[in-house]
Amino acid sequence: MMSEPHLSVRGLHKWYGAVHALRDLDLDIPKGQVLGLIGDNGAGKSTFIKILSGVHQQTEGQIHFEGKPARIVTPRDAMNLGIETIYQYTAMVPEMSIARNLFIGREKRKWGVRGFGFLDQRAMAKEALEAIADVGLHLRSAEAPVKDLSGGQLQGVAIARAMHFRSRMLILDEPTNHLSVKETNKVLDYVRQLGAQGITVIFISHNLHHVHEVSDRIVAFAQGSKVADLETADTDVPTMIDLIT
Amino acid sequence: MSLRHILQSKPEASAFLMLMFLTLVFSLLSPAFMTYGNFQVVLQPIPEIALVAMGVTILMISGEFDLSVGSVFALAPMVMVLAMAAGIPLPISMLAGLIAAAVVGLVNAAITIRLGLPSFIATLGMLFMARSLTIVISGGFPPPFPRDLDLWWIVGKVDLLRVSIFWLLGVGLLLGIWLRKFDFGSWIFATGGNREAARDMGINTNLVKTTAFVLCSVLAGFAGMIQVFRIKAIVPSMGTGLELTAIAAAVIGGAALTGGIGSVVGAVIGALLIAFIENIIILTRIDANWFRFAVGAMIVIAVTINKITRDAAGRGKHKDGNDE
Ligand SMILES: Nc1ncnc2c1ncn2[C@@H]1O[C@H](COP(=O)(O)OP(=O)(O)O)[C@@H](O)[C@H]1O
Ligand SMILES: [Mg+2]
Repeated sequence: MMSEPHLSVRGLHKWYGAVHALRDLDLDIPKGQVLGLIGDNGAGKSTFIKILSGVHQQTEGQIHFEGKPARIVTPRDAMNLGIETIYQYTAMVPEMSIARNLFIGREKRKWGVRGFGFLDQRAMAKEALEAIADVGLHLRSAEAPVKDLSGGQLQGVAIARAMHFRSRMLILDEPTNHLSVKETNKVLDYVRQLGAQGITVIFISHNLHHVHEVSDRIVAFAQGSKVADLETADTDVPTMIDLIT
Repeated sequence: MSLRHILQSKPEASAFLMLMFLTLVFSLLSPAFMTYGNFQVVLQPIPEIALVAMGVTILMISGEFDLSVGSVFALAPMVMVLAMAAGIPLPISMLAGLIAAAVVGLVNAAITIRLGLPSFIATLGMLFMARSLTIVISGGFPPPFPRDLDLWWIVGKVDLLRVSIFWLLGVGLLLGIWLRKFDFGSWIFATGGNREAARDMGINTNLVKTTAFVLCSVLAGFAGMIQVFRIKAIVPSMGTGLELTAIAAAVIGGAALTGGIGSVVGAVIGALLIAFIENIIILTRIDANWFRFAVGAMIVIAVTINKITRDAAGRGKHKDGNDE
């Protein structure tokens, strides 16, 4: 018996002007699954997750999240649903402190309303340190600008940010690009922990070994279409290479 | 905190050190510099330049640029004076002038954001359009400035200062707190520091930029009004070239053209530095044409110091960048 999927998309299309980047995608993801999404450059992976995170909107098609139709028009809509995204690039402001970056757009206020709120800097600094400690990153202070952090520490902060806001679904788009082996292993650890905590994960990477290692299921895209959908146990890395080339 | 740490974390720190240093040098150069009477003269136009520089700084922090502030500096008070000449009371006339300035800011924002033009080009166009409008609505003649207005509350003399300096301090304090302690201020830094990240984290970066454009324009208009109140006359050419002085003050005060860095205090310090240089050139009877040279040199020096300290901060990163 299959329980209701956490995320369900039907007939999803995306056109960028004349480019048909996503073609009639149907996909169901059960709660707590770690889904590995693979595909060549330009296959439409980022396009799909940008639709889920509210950066772009689908040209056509429906999204259901937790059983309800979801209208995701802005990044805030996605965040309000509990969909957090860790982007291919580092979504941090280099000159701003770790604490400020962790709370960008969702600052804690002492008083006032969003857009005219007096910042609760002490609470943000404290919670930021706790949040990054929760993902196993121990920094002395949350006041240092993030430009002082290494690539792995940055991804740690990004994951801490997603976790802190109690995400229900976490999307990681090539989170290990530009990372050292040690830092990469750390990020893979995070992903495994998330799956163990019952958080639904979409994991995108060019490194098929990494995808095979952390995912429960593997979906392959080619030229905007879903071309394969397999249990990880039923496939191996050479087969995956064949799928995307 | 070490000096290096302060230089790295406070954008206005190097400008502040320059201000201290030059104040010392200038008082040695001319005994007249550090006198009561001289400061009275030097500080007179400071609120006007500094208010414009603050607006330009905040807009630069958000990642945009405004070349039209010198023209708005004339347009807003022109609207005000014409309204007064038509018998409209001062507060409403002022409001009309400020609304005109706000509209210019909105148009700058719309051209930049909706049409996607660089703000440098959008506001270069506005520099000419707003100046032209100012001259056209004045009818070619500078309208008479109404006498017997009570202007003590804005430009009255208090000892060696004018009341306008308290307006500068008040507005500067409010804007400084807003930038550093309010969520919207944080969004301005985030938008200029990394627009894509700010947007992906749910900040409406278009709203942030539009607010900064409007604020910059309104501050320029308000500053122009203060000048008109102080001089008690208006000419349509007032404020010509002021955009460059304001941008110079902002940059000397530590604002980065690339966005995400700057401070309100820095804008005031930058304006003071420029005024001090102009003053010492007059006091020491050096050929006045050296003024621009000195301002230019200071821009280059200030930006160089900031670059060196930031690069040093970048190098420090690899020393203690280990995990855990
Ligand atoms: N913002 C955009 N505007 C126009 N075309 C785009 C945009 N983003 C992606 N594309 C195009 O859409 C297709 C899919 O891209 P993308 O989703 O980034 O693929 P992937 O992440 O799988 O490499 C590519 O042909 C790409 O050039
Ligand atoms: Mg991609």
